[in-house]
Amino acid sequence: MADVKKIATRESYGNALAEVGKDYPNLVVLDADLAGATKTSTFQKAFPDRHIDCGIAECNMVGIAAGLSTTGKIPFVSSFAMFAAGRAFEQVRNSVGYPHLNVKIGATHAGITVGEDGASHQCNEDLALMRTIPGMVVMCPSDDVEAKAAVRAAVEHEGPVYLRFGRSAVPVINDRPEYSFKIGKGEVLREGTDVTIVATGICVATALEAAEKLAADGVSAEVINICTIKPLDEELIIASAKKTGKVVTAEEHSVIGGLGSAVCDALCKAAPTPVCKIGMQDVFGESGAANALVEKYGLDGEGIYRQVKEFMK
Amino acid sequence: MTNLELAKAANRVRKGIVSSVHSAKAGHPGGSLSAADVYTFLYFEEMNVDPENPKDPDRDRFVLSKGHTAPGYYSTLANRGFFPVEDLLTLRKLGSYLQGHPDMKHIPGVDMSSGSLGQGISAAVGMALAGKMDKKDYRVYTLLGDGEIQEGQVWEASMFAGARNLDNLCVIVDNNGLQIDGRIEDVCSPYPIDQKFEAFNFHVINVDAHNFDELRAAFAEARAQKGKPTAIIAHSVKGKGVSFMENNAGWHGKAPNDEEYATAMADLEKIDAELEKAGEA
Repeated sequence: MADVKKIATRESYGNALAEVGKDYPNLVVLDADLAGATKTSTFQKAFPDRHIDCGIAECNMVGIAAGLSTTGKIPFVSSFAMFAAGRAFEQVRNSVGYPHLNVKIGATHAGITVGEDGASHQCNEDLALMRTIPGMVVMCPSDDVEAKAAVRAAVEHEGPVYLRFGRSAVPVINDRPEYSFKIGKGEVLREGTDVTIVATGICVATALEAAEKLAADGVSAEVINICTIKPLDEELIIASAKKTGKVVTAEEHSVIGGLGSAVCDALCKAAPTPVCKIGMQDVFGESGAANALVEKYGLDGEGIYRQVKEFMK
Repeated sequence: MTNLELAKAANRVRKGIVSSVHSAKAGHPGGSLSAADVYTFLYFEEMNVDPENPKDPDRDRFVLSKGHTAPGYYSTLANRGFFPVEDLLTLRKLGSYLQGHPDMKHIPGVDMSSGSLGQGISAAVGMALAGKMDKKDYRVYTLLGDGEIQEGQVWEASMFAGARNLDNLCVIVDNNGLQIDGRIEDVCSPYPIDQKFEAFNFHVINVDAHNFDELRAAFAEARAQKGKPTAIIAHSVKGKGVSFMENNAGWHGKAPNDEEYATAMADLEKIDAELEKAGEA
């Protein structure tokens, strides 16, 4: 996909904050000594007085955001997913989720595409953690267009939101005039009749690649982009599952608790369907180039194609 | 209010604590009673709050970081007029808005949900930061347990507050010396508490938590402090006011039975009688 424009969703996040920040003077951004990496530095340049660097103390940062929100501010807290969702899980749960405060968590460097930093920093558990919190909206944008739309939607939504962004550049796949975004709405990007591939984040682009390869083999794959993991667009997924009779989920996350589990939760009662969950198969990642890791763990177009073929046998 | 009026109000708060915990058959009387005078001073004298307008954006804020002493908090709020005193007897019961730990969504006057130790102070710091950003002159108070400060998040929050010169923040540590497992210095000593806060760029004041003259002077000194947050180390007696609960870690999180309840209330009635006599003198 060399001819396709690529941009990391963390870049989109920083740009979106700077953009949306113009319309919302009460929007403030908190970081934990990673402003350059999470790209909140883009917002910082535009609004230095509304950017708060809390130092390396993520738990406190989440609590400060909770306090800020009680006064009417709309705080975005940013760190790597490992620390925002992992280290500060209980702060998010008790200081933000339980009182249902208007705090947005912008977590970057999620999943294995963190790359060379290795397993200690590759968070494959954040979606699972965040979706267990009552009232939490969980979003995992697939590209630049969706990431920016998700940030604006998060600001317009009253209540806690978790946003997941990646470190590595990903192809722009949603740049079309009719594109619109709504929290909780999935989108069929490619229609098919033999199998449904439900994908999120970086796996949306690779699922589309896989569908192309499958078509060459005579397999008609429907590809659904799910940005909002919670609340999940159950209606769309159930309808597609009923049509194709086979569902594959694809995510840069553990197959335990993430999109795959959410899809199974939706299908088990309304439309029991065989599901193949593509993702991190209950293993930690490792150091390596992001694209090499994506290939090794079967999340690239070829990997998804191969696993769908195996599942279709 | 005069010290005598404050002492009477504090005794009403203590009765509410004992009654609600007895009614709930569970809860945390020890740390509620040790902080009863601080709660009373804050809500009846120090803080700019209005029970008729509990969400006033310009009000002073309070975060109970040691959220398990909710019985003391609720009794204070009820006695100050935020909700009916009779409702204290519904504490911890199914369907009651008086949850085991403070719930800002359902309890009038509660500025922040809390209960998981170490988290409340961060929210208080966030409120103080917002006050500075918005150039408001409200103040933010947060009450911590001396065992609670074993939580690392307390020091993350303190480092931030000190570094940001949040002089609109007043941290109070209820230093009753006891936590569930015993004496704080035996479990994992946080001493010297005052020097730790000083090292985090706080102005520190040590007071007798049961002396209204000292509390009055300390909070005035905190208000006058510019460029630094204040930490008031309130030296208290756990279970204060109830003879058999005083200085006894066993009463950290236990409700009195009917007999113990009668004794406790008799103790508090006696204090009332003494205060009445002092008033007539």
